[in-house]
Amino acid sequence: MESVIDIRSLSLAFERDGHRTLVLDSLDLSIERGAFIAIVGASGVGKSTLLRVLIGLAKASAGEITLSTHSGKRQPLALVFQDARLLPWRRVVDNVSFGLEGGGLSRAERRSKSLDALRIVGLVDLADRWPHQLSGGQRQRVALARALAVEPEVMLMDEPFSALDAITREGLQDELVRIWRLTGKTILFVTHDIEEAIYLADRVVVLAGAPGRLAADHRIDTPRPRTRSAEGNADVVASVRRHLGAEKLIDGAAI
Amino acid sequence: MTDLIASAPARATASGAASGAKLRAAGFAAAGLLVFLLVWEVVPRLGLFNPLMLPGPSGIPAAFWSELKSGAWGSAVGSSLGHYTIGLALGALLGVVFGVATGMSRLAEEATAWIVRVLRPIPGLAWVPFAIIWFGVNRTAAVFIIAIGVFWIVFFAAHGAVRSVERDLIEVADAFGFRRWHERLLKILLPAALPGILVGLRTALGQAWMAVVAAEIFGVPGLGQRMMQASSLLATELVVVYMLTMAALYGLLDSAFVALQNWLLRWKA
Ligand SMILES: Nc1ncnc2c1ncn2[C@@H]1O[C@H](COP(=O)(O)OP(=O)(O)OP(=O)(O)O)[C@@H](O)[C@H]1O
Ligand SMILES: [Mg+2]
Repeated sequence: MESVIDIRSLSLAFERDGHRTLVLDSLDLSIERGAFIAIVGASGVGKSTLLRVLIGLAKASAGEITLSTHSGKRQPLALVFQDARLLPWRRVVDNVSFGLEGGGLSRAERRSKSLDALRIVGLVDLADRWPHQLSGGQRQRVALARALAVEPEVMLMDEPFSALDAITREGLQDELVRIWRLTGKTILFVTHDIEEAIYLADRVVVLAGAPGRLAADHRIDTPRPRTRSAEGNADVVASVRRHLGAEKLIDGAAI
Repeated sequence: MTDLIASAPARATASGAASGAKLRAAGFAAAGLLVFLLVWEVVPRLGLFNPLMLPGPSGIPAAFWSELKSGAWGSAVGSSLGHYTIGLALGALLGVVFGVATGMSRLAEEATAWIVRVLRPIPGLAWVPFAIIWFGVNRTAAVFIIAIGVFWIVFFAAHGAVRSVERDLIEVADAFGFRRWHERLLKILLPAALPGILVGLRTALGQAWMAVVAAEIFGVPGLGQRMMQASSLLATELVVVYMLTMAALYGLLDSAFVALQNWLLRWKA
């Protein structure tokens, strides 16, 4: 299968007070076009850093990334940040149109595309509010709409649903899967939640260790539509829990 | 539990007391003003002060009326507002441009660091000799002096505001592919820095008003000059008329600016 992003021996180190901390260590990852990949890993392992490198906010220290996008878009990738990062001086709908500006669309077209994106995340009624008038979860959904609005070939999502209540989260998960199947986007989805990863993705990639390395790569073949039980994938759950470390095991037992 | 129940009515009384206190404060303010005017009126009448040196308030409306009728008041106000507006606009524009440029670019900041350090401490009025040599005693000189004072205030406000824009927000522009300097400037830096720039502009608004009067006292036509003429004729009522005119105009401009500021920053929590 043709890959849309090809990561070859990617390493990244932060320079701090004269000493280097290696965060990602010779990572190899091929992302097939149209795949839904979940990336799981303990806090601080370098998941956000990986997405930041892919979108060009951080520079790799070594290795290479090959993008084979072909929409000819100014920006074929879109990132949903871990924190919403809305622009406080723009109303909700204008935050969503942000990425559409400079793309040759008229104001009215941008607005209608933005309202469509807001409809998907269920916030079309709040289109004319200011960001400070939203709850944390609503802000996160607006950030998701902002990324959806640009219709990117690849969506990079950094724990986009972790701030939401269970009902909203499940609704958005299903919506995301629907959009993915409809549009054939490639999705790279970072999460802490193993069940979420198994419910959503075709492939669950585990980052572990310090510096972060690719520790496991599981295919999830469960046919869709799926149920939320991870029963059929007990081996994956076990493997991920093992890599996430002892604390996560205790968490898991308590659930 | 009893505490919780007791605290609710206590808070209600507190808010009632607050509105009562507001009313009382307004009453005292009015009374204070009245006493002030009364003392001001009585002191010269009792012969404690030469009425020429301190005119009582009762003569002021008449002085104002005759000044208004002669057209002198209108032309002085018009002329001062002209200097003020042009000087303010010029100083503010240059201040924003240079402040934003040095805020965005390390190179620009370093290149101007020493120039700023030398020129900055020179008070605006110290430029009067050069203003007169370069332009003569005329409008241009007044505009120049006003603009210099405004420039520094707005320059530092804009510089600081741009420098303190959160990196997180700039990253949003980067992530959506807006990486050229003018895209960053228009989409993130200017709107994010606007609150800080407006604070500087408001300070400059007051500063420029003082500079107007100072420049005109040297002879440029306007409120300041008219005031000096009145004082040399010992028309002290007229001096008071112009002092109150300045206070009223400044109050008006400042309130208008605050209204504009609140509208521009209506997105703030
Ligand atoms: N700008 C930076 N300078 C130095 N170290 C950094 C910087 N940004 C991140 N790090 C470090 O890099 C490591 C990886 O950070 P990253 O944000 O990618 O983790 P993460 O896997 O996304 O964690 P979480 O699940 O908590 O979001 C962390 O140990 C963090 O402290
Ligand atoms: Mg993270």
